[in-house]
Amino acid sequence: MAVLQVEGLARRYGERTALAGVSLELEPGRTLVVFGPNGAGKTTLLRVLASLLRPHAGNIRVLGCELPKESWAVRGRVGLLGHDPLLYRELSAEENLRFHARLHGVGEQRVRRLLEAVAIDRRADEPLRTLSRGMVQRVAIARAVLHDPELLLLDEPYANLDPAAVELVAPLIGAESGRTRVICSHDPSGGLADADLVLGLRAGRTALLEAAADVAADDVTELYR
Amino acid sequence: MSVQAPPAPTGTPKREVGTRRAVAALLRKELLVELRTLESVPAMSLFAVTTFVVFHFALNRGSVEGDLAAGILWVTLLFAAILGVNRLFVADAEQGGFDAFLLAPVDRSALLIAKLVTLLAYLVVLELVAVPAFSLLLLGSSLGAALPDLLAPLALADVGVAVIGTLVAALAVRTRARDLLGPLLALPLFVPIVIGAARASAPLLASAHPSGIAARWLLTLGLYDLVFGLIVYALFQRYIVLGASRAAVR
Repeated sequence: MAVLQVEGLARRYGERTALAGVSLELEPGRTLVVFGPNGAGKTTLLRVLASLLRPHAGNIRVLGCELPKESWAVRGRVGLLGHDPLLYRELSAEENLRFHARLHGVGEQRVRRLLEAVAIDRRADEPLRTLSRGMVQRVAIARAVLHDPELLLLDEPYANLDPAAVELVAPLIGAESGRTRVICSHDPSGGLADADLVLGLRAGRTALLEAAADVAADDVTELYR
Repeated sequence: MSVQAPPAPTGTPKREVGTRRAVAALLRKELLVELRTLESVPAMSLFAVTTFVVFHFALNRGSVEGDLAAGILWVTLLFAAILGVNRLFVADAEQGGFDAFLLAPVDRSALLIAKLVTLLAYLVVLELVAVPAFSLLLLGSSLGAALPDLLAPLALADVGVAVIGTLVAALAVRTRARDLLGPLLALPLFVPIVIGAARASAPLLASAHPSGIAARWLLTLGLYDLVFGLIVYALFQRYIVLGASRAAVR
């Protein structure tokens, strides 16, 4: 069964159309990479799939659950990494992860393991506001996978990360994690290397929907012109 | 660096976390954030004490009693409470706490309960500072004998303020004019609490002929708390779950 089944998805903000007529299907363990210029609707798509925004039209099934009617059943099975880290600046990395672990019914041992996995364990006790943006991004990645989600929704996950950190988080959010992933990206070559399926958005509408093998970097670059 | 990756996802449906555990997690987080930032309780307490100092000099009299004393006490406490109400959801709105909560498999009412208890705790700390300061600066006689009876109106008013304050804070925080909207929404709803609490406690603060507490005003406060508790529970559920909760399916 497909992890994502989206048909005719539409979402507006007042008079402005953020998404219109978006349809796609994604099989388990596969990666969808979404390209598009700023304001194309990528973040809105992720928020609808995460059940944080109601769609205004369309049939959406995530992990077999119909949204928005069964969104409660999706929660706890989706990991979202957005532009905001969803972490409290005054709390330490460890306190933040412990808080999220309690909300998701996850054991404290996994918090320690993830802090080690993202190499934050030495500064785990310091308030988040004292960490660099790259470090905060690593903590946010740990937060997104803390509850072992089946579906990962990642909005530019490698932003602020240096090459070593990208390698570090690969087992958590990379292809080797084995999770079904939806990734928003502005990097044609990196994104295509990650993708099984490519969605190109322009002004909220589908401009490209192809298997990654059939898409060239130039096709993606064309979306931004 | 060689680190072992956590196991691949199991694909099993996640179990919902109990409301009590979720409330405990949220409360712990609230108190940690307040201890680190000291944004709410110190401001509320300082405001109350400063206001009593201003009254002490502005009234230019040795002491106040009865209706006047009760009015000063309750109006000051409610204005101080507004400071806490305004900050109640700010960290969540600005740092993504709402989204993080909505992504978790927990009952939406956990957030309402946790915020309500947090505000209640802030009010109790405020009163631990403000009531002795009020007694020292504005009451001629000691509050000692009246204090046990004063606990009932304090407790009932705190519950009312916490219930209404939590709803108002949740509504106001998503607007750009939240600092203005919070007090504008809260103050009219607090008026019955001021009336009830002041009338219930005025006899206790009359130095000449202190009499017993006005029971019917306590009852009024209790009923107001109950009615608003139910209204807020219904409104909060609908507001916070974005209309897509389990309740919508049932």
